[in-house]
Amino acid sequence: MIFTLLKAGWLNLKRDRVAQALTFLLPIVFFSIFASVFGGQGSQTSRIRVAVVDEDHSELSARMVAALEKETSLRVRAADDAGTPLDRAGGERLVRNGDVPVAVVIPKGLGERFAAGGFGTSGEKVQLLADVSDPIAPQMVLGLLQKVTMTAAPDLLMKGGMQQFEKQAGALTLQQRAAVDAWLPRLKAEASGAAAASGTAAGGPMGVSAEIVDVMGSDSRRGSLTSFYAAGIGVMFLLFSCVAGAGGALLDEVEAGTLERLLSTRLRMSWLLLGKWLFLTLVGTAQLTVMFLWGWLVFDLPLLSHLPGFVVMTAVTAAAAAGLGLVLATIARSRAQLSGFSTILILTMSALGGSMFPRFLMSETMQKFGLLTFNGWALDGYLKVFWRDAALWQLWPQVLVLAALTIVFLWAARMLARRWEVG
Amino acid sequence: MNVLTVTAARKTFGPVTALDGASFELRQGELLALLGPNGAGKTTLIRAIAGRVRLDGGAVRIFDQPLPSAGTHPALGIVPQEIALYPLMSARENLDVFGALQGLTGADLKKQVAWALEHTGLADRASESVRTFSGGMRRRLNIACGIVHRPRVVLLDEPTVGVDPQSRDRIYDMLAVLMKEGVSLLLTTHHLEEAEARCSRTVIIDHGRVIAAGTLPELVDRTVGKDRLVTLRLVNGGVVTARMRDVATDLPPLLDRVREAGDTVDDVEVRGPSLQAVFIHLTGRELRE
Repeated sequence: MIFTLLKAGWLNLKRDRVAQALTFLLPIVFFSIFASVFGGQGSQTSRIRVAVVDEDHSELSARMVAALEKETSLRVRAADDAGTPLDRAGGERLVRNGDVPVAVVIPKGLGERFAAGGFGTSGEKVQLLADVSDPIAPQMVLGLLQKVTMTAAPDLLMKGGMQQFEKQAGALTLQQRAAVDAWLPRLKAEASGAAAASGTAAGGPMGVSAEIVDVMGSDSRRGSLTSFYAAGIGVMFLLFSCVAGAGGALLDEVEAGTLERLLSTRLRMSWLLLGKWLFLTLVGTAQLTVMFLWGWLVFDLPLLSHLPGFVVMTAVTAAAAAGLGLVLATIARSRAQLSGFSTILILTMSALGGSMFPRFLMSETMQKFGLLTFNGWALDGYLKVFWRDAALWQLWPQVLVLAALTIVFLWAARMLARRWEVG
Repeated sequence: MNVLTVTAARKTFGPVTALDGASFELRQGELLALLGPNGAGKTTLIRAIAGRVRLDGGAVRIFDQPLPSAGTHPALGIVPQEIALYPLMSARENLDVFGALQGLTGADLKKQVAWALEHTGLADRASESVRTFSGGMRRRLNIACGIVHRPRVVLLDEPTVGVDPQSRDRIYDMLAVLMKEGVSLLLTTHHLEEAEARCSRTVIIDHGRVIAAGTLPELVDRTVGKDRLVTLRLVNGGVVTARMRDVATDLPPLLDRVREAGDTVDDVEVRGPSLQAVFIHLTGRELRE
């Protein structure tokens, strides 16, 4: 008896490709995605983008910039697109736009103060202008900054120290000064080698005085983070509901015979698909709106202050999701096939595209992969609206891509739906 | 007058020839049965008439006009074999949808929906969800959705499959009313007794060709002949069958011979030539699936 049941189960599994994929392929895909995101994919792929603004233009600041550039875990940007060295506003703009998570601002006078009294002297601190929605990058850059200031300028540090010493203890003798002068070039030579060897040198007790400045004003933006997760979860479930809706709209109608009946009226396939797409778009828009309204009512999500951007992103996201749903429904031969295939696709896209965890936590390569997904573009748009306070026009890349995807999806669905037309 | 003419219809799907020169016509106000074994080409033929299959050769003309290049001829109503309805919608809502998609609007749509509900005996359940309907009611609504725009030619693909005899009678009564109004009906069915009793003419199709067409007497004449099949059931359990042209003349001698053989006749059954006999004669007894 048990053997018969096992045999029946095995035969069914053996012949059900969708069940096989859900059982064996999906876990592997997810494991790979999570391992890639959190397991580290090599130094080249996990480099943190950082902007450096040198307001000091001293030997020390030049050494710090050079040392930061040599850090293999950083990708330093010191100039704007036109090649002009970044100023504070430019660095802050890069952070606000999400181009870099951190901008290091070396304030004017740091070199002079350092020469006068080392890093411990008071004065304006080095600032790390940061988007603290990324909790990792600012802390990591801060640590590296401490390291490079110690390793990049030991000769200057010693010089400053000796000046302080002379101020407190009296001038050096000629012999002592000669010894110090002989030592300084050696320190300088060692510094260039030490800075390149990432992680090998430790910072000294006297670190550069630095502070992290949240340029996004995150303390008052808890609601924005809520909106990020609302968008992430919302887009994932939008895809699920669009696929289910499109499946119901087409495959169920095929099985019930209503599609044949509809096409035996004056209705044409193009109009049928357009009608289904429009309906799915409206339902998707309503679904996202309900979700954000709930967030606004319960979690202080700042919906009303970002209404225009929300409307634009929701409309284009729902339109593209509806189009994708129709494509998947026209590809699939049965509801079961659609269900299995779309589950794999949507969960994978959601993981890569940032619906499950923010894309800025991923390596650069994974972030680029994320842009191949529907979710990546949609969530980037919502992030711009709610987190970066972007103006409507600044949404153009996301709107353009999602609108283009909608057209491509509708065209593909129309082509694939020919199988239901005149034989 | 022919309202529908199919001439030398040919259609292949890959290596399979579905229609191989089928020809027939449907006349004004008649109920024509289109019969054939499974896979004979009935569905392809119906779909070709509905404009859902493009023929490789031959022609379909409705009211002496070729089919439109796209879509279904406006004079045509189609009743599919499946219960092609939206189960969560009410009867009236289903009729509204299919009526509107046939081009009906406003007061005209309302009037036609009311007529279809009345015609199919569903007026008192018009607002109820279809999923609460019995099989017979769904069948009737299925027909109503195909005729809501008052077509002059209706294609019915097995309209009575899976319903009880009462519902079947009701459905044929509905069709009879349509015929009286001059509507021409083409019906496919596997219920040969039904076709025999209800249809004015029969077309039999097999291997994509029309192999016989005409009234039942015409088909009988051309195939099995007018012989009656006489079956004698004996008391001892035996059965004797014989074909007789003239039962009154030929039966008594047979009864005499049975008696002389020492057997006793328990029952006598005389069956005239049926559509079933004609059908089997023309298409054979081999299974087609």
